[in-house]
Amino acid sequence: MTGTWWEAVLFWSLGAVAVAAGWAVFRTDSMARATYALAASFVAVGAQVLLLHLDYVGVVTVLMMVMEMAVMAVYMVMFMGMNPALMPMSMVHSRRTSIGLAVGTFLVLGGGALLVPWPTRRGSPAPDLTASLGEAVMGSKMLVMLVVSPVLFATIVSALVLALPRSRYDRLGADLRRRPADDPQPGGVGR
Amino acid sequence: MPEVVAVPPGWAVLAVLLVALAGWWSASLDARVSGGGWSAPVAEVARLLRQRRRTLLAADRLLWRLGGGGLLVVALLMVAVVPLGRWTLADLGVGVVWFNAMDVLVWALVWMAGWGPNSAHALVGGYRFLAQAMAYELPLMFALTAPAVAAGSLRLGDVVAAQQESWFVLRMPVAFAVFCTCVVAFSVRGPFAAAAGTDIAGGVLAEVSGVDRLLLLAGRHALLVAGSAFAVVAFLGGGAGPWLPGWVWTLVKTFALVSVLVVAGRRLPSLRPDRLVEVGWVVLLPLTLLQLLVVSVVVVVG
Amino acid sequence: MTLQAVLVVAAALFSVGLYGAVSQQVVVMVMMGLELMVNAVVLAAAGLWWFLAPTPDGHVLLLVVLAAMTVEMAMGFAVATVLHRSRGADTTDSTTDLNR
Repeated sequence: MTGTWWEAVLFWSLGAVAVAAGWAVFRTDSMARATYALAASFVAVGAQVLLLHLDYVGVVTVLMMVMEMAVMAVYMVMFMGMNPALMPMSMVHSRRTSIGLAVGTFLVLGGGALLVPWPTRRGSPAPDLTASLGEAVMGSKMLVMLVVSPVLFATIVSALVLALPRSRYDRLGADLRRRPADDPQPGGVGR
Repeated sequence: MPEVVAVPPGWAVLAVLLVALAGWWSASLDARVSGGGWSAPVAEVARLLRQRRRTLLAADRLLWRLGGGGLLVVALLMVAVVPLGRWTLADLGVGVVWFNAMDVLVWALVWMAGWGPNSAHALVGGYRFLAQAMAYELPLMFALTAPAVAAGSLRLGDVVAAQQESWFVLRMPVAFAVFCTCVVAFSVRGPFAAAAGTDIAGGVLAEVSGVDRLLLLAGRHALLVAGSAFAVVAFLGGGAGPWLPGWVWTLVKTFALVSVLVVAGRRLPSLRPDRLVEVGWVVLLPLTLLQLLVVSVVVVVG
Repeated sequence: MTLQAVLVVAAALFSVGLYGAVSQQVVVMVMMGLELMVNAVVLAAAGLWWFLAPTPDGHVLLLVVLAAMTVEMAMGFAVATVLHRSRGADTTDSTTDLNR
């Protein structure tokens, strides 16, 4: 259960990469580098999750997070009003408080992790973990998925409603009859 | 058909050689179709190896190099889960998702290759690729889901084994067509080459020179090869075929598909990225969802 | 590799994320800090799952964490876009409407 020595070495190196990349996010002056440092942190954690035998979750973490960070980079470049890449400057407030808070949190959480007498393992892993996950999601834990899917759908709709500056009236006119639609970027389907 | 078995990691060398061979074939055919000679890649490689690297003011070297060299690495990581006949390098239980995660890395790498040189044309190319990637990724995901649903497994060995009676290309032609389209798209070629378009002076290729350019171009060919190899396993029955052993069939099919995609990519006109994006969202995505619905119903009923 | 090791790494990641979320001025950078904290939660949950109770229930919980991360990100991007569009603001200090 504790694994071999090379697993331990791999785990600690990945952990060092994850934390160092996470730290680099807030230290670098370049927006692109900050974003992809976070992506590197996620990839390292994804690999650690693979070491913990959660193949599906590990690979999906890498998939989702790299995708998200690729999009995040665009937002960083768009929305960083003061551009530290062009003009290095401090972009932090209440620096002392946050460092104290972070160190305190680490001491409490890390100390807890080491001092709490963790219970021994209950149950044993299924032979095919991915298949058991699928059966759980489509069987006894179906309610979870039934809740998650509408939440994700609601997120898509509400995020679009929030972010879109134009409505269908802007596209199709007050009576919704304008054809072709007035789009800033005409698409290839010709609606 | 015998079960797929994992081989020791040393065989990775052979996998790299095979990818290199198929990539070379792709480059030669590409040169031939576009009007050059079969040997054009030889001259091009020799020229790029001698060419001096261009340096630019305030370029982000780290991200630029990562973006240029990374494509090749990603292509090799994709091939790692693809079985060759009855052997595979990594018999991953989540092989299909692995392939998908690797092709998402291409988003980041192409954008980095565009961001790195600190040049406007290259940056426009990087943004174009991201916009296009958003449009092709969801159809690609659902096209990948279809064979996994039909096989009832994310393991590529099981996907091959499920095609003993009939290849998935016959049962899910739309998913196959969309997948091939997306392979051409993530290898930034043919109609989807807007990120490296001539209208923006080569886009992500505008500033890159010497060995970096060689790596980037080789990475594009390797991605096409990796995508085709995956398509062969997921849709064309893998090593299934008469007389010859499985690994030969896998190679033959991969080379054939690479050739088709290279020639088709050259024959079809380039599309404007804004048009392409809407086609991806409004046409391809519903098509693949319908295909997935049909496949799922057949699996449940049949 | 023990449970303690996993949790210590997760605690370090969480603290770095917390530092970022509290100290950064720009909305998008605050989101990056939050992401890093969720990253730590994923790692800790995976460790607890494997070393304490490797049942499908915990596996499902991890999927829920990933879904929550997606929702956080999508809404964060939407809110950042609205803030930027409606008042040209990109820092948390200029959006303190609820701070009265």
